Amino acid sequence: MTPWTHLKCCLAGVLLLLGAPVKAEEITLWHAYRGQERTVLEQLVKDYDSAHPEVTVVVRALAYDSFVTKLEAAAPRGNGPDLFIAAHERLGDWVPLGLVEPTPSDAGGFHPSTIRALTLDDTLHGLPLAYKCLALFYDPDVISSPPKTTSELVDLARMHSGENHFGLAYSATEPYFHAPWMHGFGGGVFDGDSVALDQPGNARALQFARALRTEGLIPDEPTGVLVTQLFNDGMSPMVINGPWFIGEIDAKRNYAVAPLPIVDETGKAAAPYLTVEAIQVSGFSTSKESAWQLAEWLAGPEAAKTRAVEGRQSVANLQAAAVPQVADDPILAAFRAQLDSARPLPNRPEMAATWEPMARAVRRVMRGASSPQDAVRQAQTEYAIVAKPPPPPRDPTAYLLIAGIIVLGGLGILVRRIWRSRGEIYVHRQAYAWVLPSGLAMTILVIGPFVVGATVSLFAHQSGTWTFVGLDNFLDIVLARDWPVTSPLSFWFTLAVTILWTAANVFFHVSIGVALAMLLRAPWLKMKGLYRVLLILPWAIPNYITALIWKGMFHRQFGAINGVLSWLGIEPVSWFSQFSTAFAANLVTNTWLGFPFMMLVTLGALQAIPGELEEAADLDGANRWQRFRHVTWPLLQPALLPAVILGSIWTFNMFNIIYLVSGGEPDGSTEILISEAYRWAFTRGHRYGYAAAYAVLIFGVLLAYGRGTDKLMRRRAS
Amino acid sequence: MRTPRTLELALVHTALFFVSLAVLYPVLWVLGMALTDSQAFSMDPNPLPDSPTLDNFRSVVGTRDAHGGWLFGQQLFNSLLVSAITSMVGIGLSTTAGYAMSRWTFPGRDASLQVFLLTQMFPGVVMAIPLYILLDEAGLLDSLVGLALVYATTAIPFCTWNMKAYFDTIPRELEEAATMDGASRWVCFRRVVLPLAKPALVVTGLFSFMTAWNEFILAATFMNDERAFTLPVVLQSYVGDYNTQWGQFAAGAIIVSVPVMALFFLLQRHLVAGLTSGGVKG
Repeated sequence: MTPWTHLKCCLAGVLLLLGAPVKAEEITLWHAYRGQERTVLEQLVKDYDSAHPEVTVVVRALAYDSFVTKLEAAAPRGNGPDLFIAAHERLGDWVPLGLVEPTPSDAGGFHPSTIRALTLDDTLHGLPLAYKCLALFYDPDVISSPPKTTSELVDLARMHSGENHFGLAYSATEPYFHAPWMHGFGGGVFDGDSVALDQPGNARALQFARALRTEGLIPDEPTGVLVTQLFNDGMSPMVINGPWFIGEIDAKRNYAVAPLPIVDETGKAAAPYLTVEAIQVSGFSTSKESAWQLAEWLAGPEAAKTRAVEGRQSVANLQAAAVPQVADDPILAAFRAQLDSARPLPNRPEMAATWEPMARAVRRVMRGASSPQDAVRQAQTEYAIVAKPPPPPRDPTAYLLIAGIIVLGGLGILVRRIWRSRGEIYVHRQAYAWVLPSGLAMTILVIGPFVVGATVSLFAHQSGTWTFVGLDNFLDIVLARDWPVTSPLSFWFTLAVTILWTAANVFFHVSIGVALAMLLRAPWLKMKGLYRVLLILPWAIPNYITALIWKGMFHRQFGAINGVLSWLGIEPVSWFSQFSTAFAANLVTNTWLGFPFMMLVTLGALQAIPGELEEAADLDGANRWQRFRHVTWPLLQPALLPAVILGSIWTFNMFNIIYLVSGGEPDGSTEILISEAYRWAFTRGHRYGYAAAYAVLIFGVLLAYGRGTDKLMRRRAS
Repeated sequence: MRTPRTLELALVHTALFFVSLAVLYPVLWVLGMALTDSQAFSMDPNPLPDSPTLDNFRSVVGTRDAHGGWLFGQQLFNSLLVSAITSMVGIGLSTTAGYAMSRWTFPGRDASLQVFLLTQMFPGVVMAIPLYILLDEAGLLDSLVGLALVYATTAIPFCTWNMKAYFDTIPRELEEAATMDGASRWVCFRRVVLPLAKPALVVTGLFSFMTAWNEFILAATFMNDERAFTLPVVLQSYVGDYNTQWGQFAAGAIIVSVPVMALFFLLQRHLVAGLTSGGVKG
C-alpha cells in the first residue's frame, strides 16, 4: 500500500465514522454506591444503554464524602449530572437551589412512606429506589426469639450482660441511633411545623437510654466500630443497626433481623428514621425527558427486582417487593416489616441544624453530666441560636464606597512607594523577572480565590438565598452576641483553645524533634538510617487513617491506651468526657504526626554546627546539658524559627485531627477555630457567610501572629 | 568525639527503641487491618491478624473500569503524573523566586516573602468553590494539569522559603567568579548555583510531591471521571455514608504510603541536608 492509498483509506474511515448513526444524546448519572449495589446498578444501566440506542448513559461513582459539595458546585455551572441518586433528606436544601426537578408523572406502585419522604410542600421530587432504616440484629444461637417490647429487650439484655459483655449494643450517642427511642416515647424533632427538641417524650427517651447505660446493658462510648466488634466477638448478641451492617458481620457469625420493639410505657413502636434513596433529575439537566425515562425504568418493577435479588436492596417498588424471592428473604422481610413503623427523616431544611444540639444533649445525658430535662431544654436553646434568622439586609452602597476608598488609597500608597524607589526598582529589574512567574501563579490561584471566598463573609446564606449583611456576621462573632463569651461555642473561647492547642503542639514537636535529633546525631550510633526512616513514618501515612486509629486507642473500655494504664495499675480514663483529657488525646495524636518534621529540620540544622565548638566546651568542663543549652541550642534557634512559624500556622488550622479524634467532645470545648468554621458551613444549616467570616478572622489572627514573629526574626537577625 | 560508654549506648538505644515502638504501633495496626479479610475496623490490642491474607490488596489493585481497562493502574499513573508536574512546577517557580530573594534586596522583597507566608494562613474552607469556578472558566476541570497547578501554588511558599534559606548559604563569590568569566546570570544560576543546591532541590521536590500525592478534597471536587481520579480520591471512596470498608481503606493507605516511604529512604541523606540547614549561617 502506498502512502497515498493509505491516507485515502484513513479518510474513508473517518467519513464512515462521521456518517455512522451517531448516538443522539448523552446523559450522565451520578451515584455514591459501593460494593454489590454499585455492580448491580452499573449492570442495569448497561442493559438499558444497549436496549436504547438513542441515548448513551455515562455512570459516575463518586466518593460519598465529596458528593454533596461537588453536586452543589457543579450542577449550577452546567457540569453536573442529568440525574443522580441521593438520600431524600437534603431535598429541603436542594429544592430552593433548583437542583431537583418535580416528578412529572404520577408515581404509583411505591410504598407510601417512601413517597411521603420525597414529598416537599405537596410536590413529589424524584422516584424512590430503595430505603434504609435501623432494625434489631440478633444472634439466633443466643437469642431464641427477638424481644417484642422494651421490657423484654431489657430482660434479655440483662441476661447477657456482664464483665465486658453487653446484652445490647448500638451507637447510643448518635441522634440517628437514639431516634427510635425518641419516637417510641412520643417525642420527636418537630412539633407540627416547628422544631421542638424539648418535648417531654425526648426527655423520657433520654432517661431510658441513660438507664440502659447505668445498668451496664450497653457499652460506654459506643462507636459504630465498637458495635461491630462486639457483635463479631460474641460479646453483644443484640445490635441496633442498618442494612449496611450485614457487610461488616463476620462470615462465621449467624445473624437474624427483627423489627425494633414496642415501648411499654407508651405502647408505641420504637420507630427508626427512614432514609429513602431516590433517583433525582437535576433541574440543570438539558436532557430531562431522557433522564426521566431512565429514572422511571430504574425505579420500575423489573430493575427493582434485580436490585433486590442481586444487590440485596430493600426496594421501594411494591411489585418487586412482592416477588417470592424478595418477600421470602428473611432479612429483607424484616426490614420490610420495620418500614411500616419507620418515620421518614424530615426533609425540611430546618432539620440539618438540629443534629448537633441533639447530639450534645444525648452525650451529656449519657455521660451523666446533665439531667434529661435540662439537656433537652439546652438543646432547644442551642438550636434556636444556630437557626436564628439571618441579619437584616444592608445597603451595600456605603460598603462599596468604603471598599473603593480603601482600594484606591492602597493603590495610591503603592504607586507612591514605587515612584519613590523607582531608581532602585530599575536597578533590580532583573530580580522581578525571576519572581514574576511564582508571584503571578500565587495571585491567580491563591490570593484571588481567597479574596473571592472572603467576600462571602459579607453575605448571609439561608436555604439557597443570599443577602448582603455587611459586617453583621463579624459583629455577631466578635461581640459574642449569640453565646456568652465563656461558652465553648463562643469565638473567644475557641480562640483561646486554639492558641493553647498550637502552643502545646509546637512545644512538643520541637522538644521531641530536637531530643531525637540529638540522639540520632551521635557518630558512633549504629542503625542510624533505620531509626531515621522509622521515625519519619508518621509523615508518610495519610493522617486521616492514623487519626482514626488513635481515636480507637483512646477508647474508654477497649482502647489500647487504657489497656496499658490498667496493666500499670492505673484507673482507666474516660478520655473524651473532660476537656483536659480530650485535649490531651488530640495533642498526643498530633504530636505523633508532627514531630518527624521538626526532627528532620533539626538534623539538617545540626549538620551545619561545627563539632569543634562543642568539643571546646567539653574541654572547658561543661556537662552535656550545659553544652546543649549554651552552645548547640543558641545555634539551632535561627534554623528552627522559620520551621516553628510554619509549623504553628499548619497546627493552627489542623482540622483533621480535631474533627476525627475528639470531634469537639465534650460539648464542643475542644473545637478549634477551623473546625468551628467547618461546622457553620456544613452542619449548622449551611451558614456559608458566617463560616467565611470565621475564616477571615482566622486569617486575621494568624496575620497578627505573623507580624509578631517577623519582628522577632528581625531582632534576631540584627 | 569521645567513644561512648556502654551504659550510654544502651540508654540511647533503649530510648530510640521505645520511641520507634510508639511510632510503629499505629502503623502496624494499619497493616494488620489491611491484611485481614474482614472490612471491620479492628480494636484488638494485638495489631497483627491471625490469618493474614492479601485479598484487600488484590481488590484495591485489581479494579477495572467500564471498558475493562485497568482502573487502578490508570489512577496510579494519574497520581504519579500530577505529583510529578507539581514537583516540577513547584521547583521551577520556587527556585527562581527563592534565588532572586536570596541574591537581591529589591524593593518589595520582604513584602513578597511575607505575602508568601500569609497564603499559608488562608483556611481551605473558603477556597474550594472559588477555585472550582476559576478552573471551570479556564477549562481545566477534570484536567490533571489544572489540579497540578493548584497543588504547585499551595506548595510554593514553603518551597520558596526553603530554597531562599539554602541559597543564602552558598557563597556569592562563586557566582561572581563565573560572571567575571562572562557567564550570564541565568547560566551562572544553572551551572553553578543549582548543582550546589541539590539537597534543597530534593527537599523542595519531595515536599511538592507529597502535597499533591496525599491531597483528596480538591481532587475529589475538581475531577468527575473516575479515570481521572488520583489515588487519595479512590481511597476516600472506601469511606461510605454509614459504613467504611476498612480493610480496603487500610490496604489503599499502605499502597499510597509506600512510594513516599521509599522516597524518604532513598533521599534521606539529602533530606537532612536540604531542610533549611542554611538558617544557621544565614
